[in-house]
Amino acid sequence: MSLTVSNIIKSFGRYPALADVSLKAEPGEFLALLGPSGSGKTTLLRVISGLETPESGSVTFEGQDFLALTARERRIGMVFQHYALFRHMTVARNIAFGLTVRPAKDRPSKAEIADRVAKLLALVQLDGLGGRYPAQLSGGQRQRVALARALAIEPRLLLLDEPFGALDAKVRKELRYWLRKVHDETGVTTIFVTHDQEEAMDLADRVVVLKKGQIEQIGTPEDLDAAPASSFVFDFLGDANRLPCNAEGRTASFAGFAAPVANTPSSDGPATAWFRPHETLLDVAGEGLPVTVADILTKGGIVRCECRTAEGDLLEADYARGALPAGVTIGAAARLRPRSVFIFDAAEA
Amino acid sequence: MKTSAPRRPDAAAWALILLALAWMALIVLLPLVTVFAEAFSKGFEVFKTAIVEPDAQAAIAMTFTVAAIAVPLNAIFGVAAAWLIARFEFRGKGLLLSLIDLPFSISPVISGLVWILLFGASGWFGAWLQAHDIRIVFAVPGLVLATMFVTLPFVARELIPLMQDQGSDEETAAVTLGASGWTTFFKVTLPNIKWALLYGVLLCNARAMGEFGAVSVVSGHIRGMTNTMPLHVEVLYNDYDLVGAFAVATLLACLALITLGVKTILEWRFADELAASRRH
Repeated sequence: MSLTVSNIIKSFGRYPALADVSLKAEPGEFLALLGPSGSGKTTLLRVISGLETPESGSVTFEGQDFLALTARERRIGMVFQHYALFRHMTVARNIAFGLTVRPAKDRPSKAEIADRVAKLLALVQLDGLGGRYPAQLSGGQRQRVALARALAIEPRLLLLDEPFGALDAKVRKELRYWLRKVHDETGVTTIFVTHDQEEAMDLADRVVVLKKGQIEQIGTPEDLDAAPASSFVFDFLGDANRLPCNAEGRTASFAGFAAPVANTPSSDGPATAWFRPHETLLDVAGEGLPVTVADILTKGGIVRCECRTAEGDLLEADYARGALPAGVTIGAAARLRPRSVFIFDAAEA
Repeated sequence: MKTSAPRRPDAAAWALILLALAWMALIVLLPLVTVFAEAFSKGFEVFKTAIVEPDAQAAIAMTFTVAAIAVPLNAIFGVAAAWLIARFEFRGKGLLLSLIDLPFSISPVISGLVWILLFGASGWFGAWLQAHDIRIVFAVPGLVLATMFVTLPFVARELIPLMQDQGSDEETAAVTLGASGWTTFFKVTLPNIKWALLYGVLLCNARAMGEFGAVSVVSGHIRGMTNTMPLHVEVLYNDYDLVGAFAVATLLACLALITLGVKTILEWRFADELAASRRH
């Protein structure tokens, strides 16, 4: 009852879009494909949906060879970034489309279709809007219609390609939780593509991080946070500071101070230490790297200090509002040190 | 930039407006009125005789026959070509686009002459065609070929920008929802382009019925046999039958006016759906 993607290779001309990608989605799982543009995440989604054919590799679903089926035969619900609603049809007819195009012997009766449409409209909280045309709806409403339309065919798999990409920040966040709710209610295995790490970490059971057509890491959001596999993953998942250091076992030594290493470096010696702004300590005295506080920015409940090293590199430290140590003001000289760091292979840095 | 408030036209503005109107009257209105005035100059009976006369009837029938074959074929070609160009990336796409535009830039006389060179008595395939008793030039097939060539770009040109603008997302969605290729075409693609298609067909038809140059070359001007309306007008005019010539010309003028009317309605009613092609 699961989706297995094995050793997929796909290139466009000389440009390799997917280089040996394998992953597995468990039944009912909510999976995010996360990566920058050009990482192959949309191509992977299109291979699973049957809109692209890979050069080699296999895709199986519930033991069935998916590559032997056309996109039409796979019974997959697909949601697109720009909604792709049929503009000349009402919302109700959009949602019913997948049912009305079925061959006569499999087609539900008109009453059944109407019933199904009404239920889906209720599910996506658009009751009473069945008679509208897509152009009369807001972006968020359109995407909900698109989801209802995809769910109407009772898909075996739901695929969403940057579903919130065209929406503004507030609507995007609302729809995010709502999508999770719909997934939990319907229980359909769902894979969605995004380049927004916050969205992926917030929503998914597991996140697949892609880079240049290859999988960097697959894991739960907690896994990715606690044990990033590479500097790329660490960098992509949030703001990152880095400093040269010397690694010795699980300790990173800097000039005059040291910090524990959260992962296990593969070798000792000179390395790059990576750490998050919220794992960064700032004080006017004590141990640490001498920096100058260049700017202090307040956003929500967080105060961010932008610090410059003597070499001019930028390092950031986050504090809860009101928790900034005394004396840390714009222009002040301060000492900066990480609470703990990650060290990745030198080749990765 | 500051925009000046609307103001009453002053003397210079009035002069320019009047000049433009006079120009329009001279260049467009006067000829149109002349056509109708000449046609009815000897009374309605003479006009009627000129229209119902067998050669005129044959020319009218021929014009409609040629258009009835050429326009649907070009509509099908136009939709297919636009779909190919708007939906797929392939080598030689630019060349195909230029080829579709070729009839716009070629003199209609040349467009007719190529068929004579290919299928005429001394043309490439002339001997073979004669041996098998197949007539292409100086017959209906030649007229249809010449008309199709001249009107080839109209539908495709109207649809390409629109379909490029709309993208293929809706069609992709239809396929994932289980629609077959034809279902997708008839339920999704066609409804999205229908007004632009109708617009293209209208322009194509107007040109097909009014075409003179290319058709003149391949027709052979056989009265009652291979004359279309525009050719019949010329024949009558050369015979100094002015009333007859203008009587048939009124039919062409009416056709143009109807086309203009429908075109205006389409542009007004479906401005947004045609906008894509207007922009390019």
